[in-house]
Amino acid sequence: MEFQIPNFLPLLPEITLATFGLVILLVVAFARRCGTSLAFYLAQAGLLCAVVATWMVADELNVTFGQMYLYSPLGDLLKMATCLIVAGGLLYGRDYLRAHGMETGEFYLLVLFATLGIMVLVSAGSLLTVYIGLEMLSLASYALVASNRDSARATEAAMKYFVLGALASGLLLYGMSMVYGATQSLGLIDVARTLFEQQAANRTILLFGLVFVVAGVAFKLGVVPFHMWLPDVYDGAPTPVTMFIASASKLAAFAMACRLLAFGLWDLIEHWRHMLLFVAIASIVLGNVAAIAQSSIKRMLAYSSISHMGFLLLGFISSVPANIHHAYASALFYALTYALSSLAAFGILSLMTREGIDAENIDDLRGLNKHSSWWAAMMAIVMFSMAGLPFFVGFFAKFFVLQAFWQAGYAVLTVIAVLMSLIGAFYYLRVVKVIFFDEAQDARTVGGHWFARGVLSANVLALAALGLFPSLAMQLCVVVMQNSL
Amino acid sequence: MDLSFPTLCFYLFSAILVFAGLRVITSRNPVHAVLHLVLAFFTSGMIWMLMQAEFLAIAIVLIYIGAVMVLFLFVVMMLDMNVDRMREGFWRYLPVGLVVAAIMVAEMAVVLNGHYFSGVTLQPSPLTDGSLSNTRELAKIIFTDYAYPFELASLILLVAMIAAVMLTHRRRESARRIDPAQQIAVKARDRLVIHSVAPEKADVVTSAQQEESAK
Repeated sequence: MEFQIPNFLPLLPEITLATFGLVILLVVAFARRCGTSLAFYLAQAGLLCAVVATWMVADELNVTFGQMYLYSPLGDLLKMATCLIVAGGLLYGRDYLRAHGMETGEFYLLVLFATLGIMVLVSAGSLLTVYIGLEMLSLASYALVASNRDSARATEAAMKYFVLGALASGLLLYGMSMVYGATQSLGLIDVARTLFEQQAANRTILLFGLVFVVAGVAFKLGVVPFHMWLPDVYDGAPTPVTMFIASASKLAAFAMACRLLAFGLWDLIEHWRHMLLFVAIASIVLGNVAAIAQSSIKRMLAYSSISHMGFLLLGFISSVPANIHHAYASALFYALTYALSSLAAFGILSLMTREGIDAENIDDLRGLNKHSSWWAAMMAIVMFSMAGLPFFVGFFAKFFVLQAFWQAGYAVLTVIAVLMSLIGAFYYLRVVKVIFFDEAQDARTVGGHWFARGVLSANVLALAALGLFPSLAMQLCVVVMQNSL
Repeated sequence: MDLSFPTLCFYLFSAILVFAGLRVITSRNPVHAVLHLVLAFFTSGMIWMLMQAEFLAIAIVLIYIGAVMVLFLFVVMMLDMNVDRMREGFWRYLPVGLVVAAIMVAEMAVVLNGHYFSGVTLQPSPLTDGSLSNTRELAKIIFTDYAYPFELASLILLVAMIAAVMLTHRRRESARRIDPAQQIAVKARDRLVIHSVAPEKADVVTSAQQEESAK
């Protein structure tokens, strides 16, 4: 067997980001005085260069490095979205990090490598690269959660995240080994082909592995019954890190579910559909009901993320052959929408932080309207969009997913999901009520650099603007999915 | 089922491995636990040897046992742990854990029943025609077909290193340290002040007289 040099060009975004990471490592080590701000600007430059590189090498569905690297429009879209979201998150989080004395070059370095992990994951073409991308993302995330070393809560959250994450990685790896044992291949295309060709062979062992793979995916998404870590981690982690976990990480989890379930194990859809159905409905119910009882806004958003991920899974479940692309496209649209709105929500929270005092409880937002009507309106837009009120983008995300779910023939469950999302509207609207109608406690408002505030405003306004042209964005998602599966 | 010598060895090693793994989590003495972990690593190395993966077997002995576990032993011996308090929960949760584990093992045994893998025919790797040694084969694969994950794995190690430095390295304020660059750049006028004092005639005063006047 003669070895051929693989095509390196599609890897340009990853190579760019890794190079910037290594340069930052040297800068942090040698430039003492201005190393940290230099690291910040280099990280931003690296992320933007990666976006440009992704745009330049965007291509049709193909593989390189054997099947290790699979590039597709879906991967390109998710990569660009991830890089932009992380760049925005770093911008919003910088003032928080400074106020808490946590701004170090290593922080930016870890965020950059976590982003690299996401990029590897979204363009993974084999079980091996899926796992390696996931580990790179997870390892960096554990450390980021613990980055505020003086906070006992952050350390506890990091320990929980680490132990449960290691367990989930073990489960996923065990499932992958079963799949490998049954199909004799690591490449996702080979796995799918083998499953298609030998319909009956070794089904038991495959199903056995599938259970563990689904468990690993469910943990990364943070859905019931693997949701225990989520509220503690959201609450305990520094707000910029929560922002990362709630936005970019969710895109990675979506990509992982897409690659493993919708691509590699596609032939087992009848089996994983039932597992996901339970998981999704349980998440929607638990997330929306438990969020009502929360007084900490970060915990509330954690439970809301559990329910949002449940909605996202509805898109996977409704992928009947008739409207398969539409179903996955609705899930993709939901993932992008959720990432954008949680980026905005945590961005506002992290810019409201002052020296030593975090905006963590819902009460901290009390009377925000008195001090700054602009930011009160911004927070209200984010909450309306998350609640799924009409004519914000969140409404259309829910609408498309539920439409696909209905068409797949789950009428009763669709009604349950709608009811639950109505219950969920209560706690989002409560935040709006607190902002506009409660008496202010202290003069707390959104601060930070003017540029960060400007980008954040644009981010929030995008949520409203996208709601005006939802079909355009949805059409893009459908085209991307048609060319990727 | 034919019980050839390698198969027999495999079962023997597996039994030792399972035993050692159990002892890691049940032994009361942390040093014993670490030693059993060494045994577990060594036995899995031997199982790899049975599969003719010599390089992996030697690597696990050298790296895990030789370096990592020795470090573990040092750490365990240096930490003064209150072992009894750590184990309080263990015996309380043991029955439940055992029942769950037994059910899981039984279910797996019923479901898998041992014969699902026997139908699978393993294709021999195209490289294993005996012309190359195990290490060479591995190297050839790692740097060609698996170059991408291999490089990524190295980045993961880098991430682990950065994370460890970030979480443990603290610049202590109280520590007395000297910056060599600052030390070299120092000028005489930073340290030494020369006053030009006008010469004057001082009275000769003895210390005894001074004390008296003070009184």
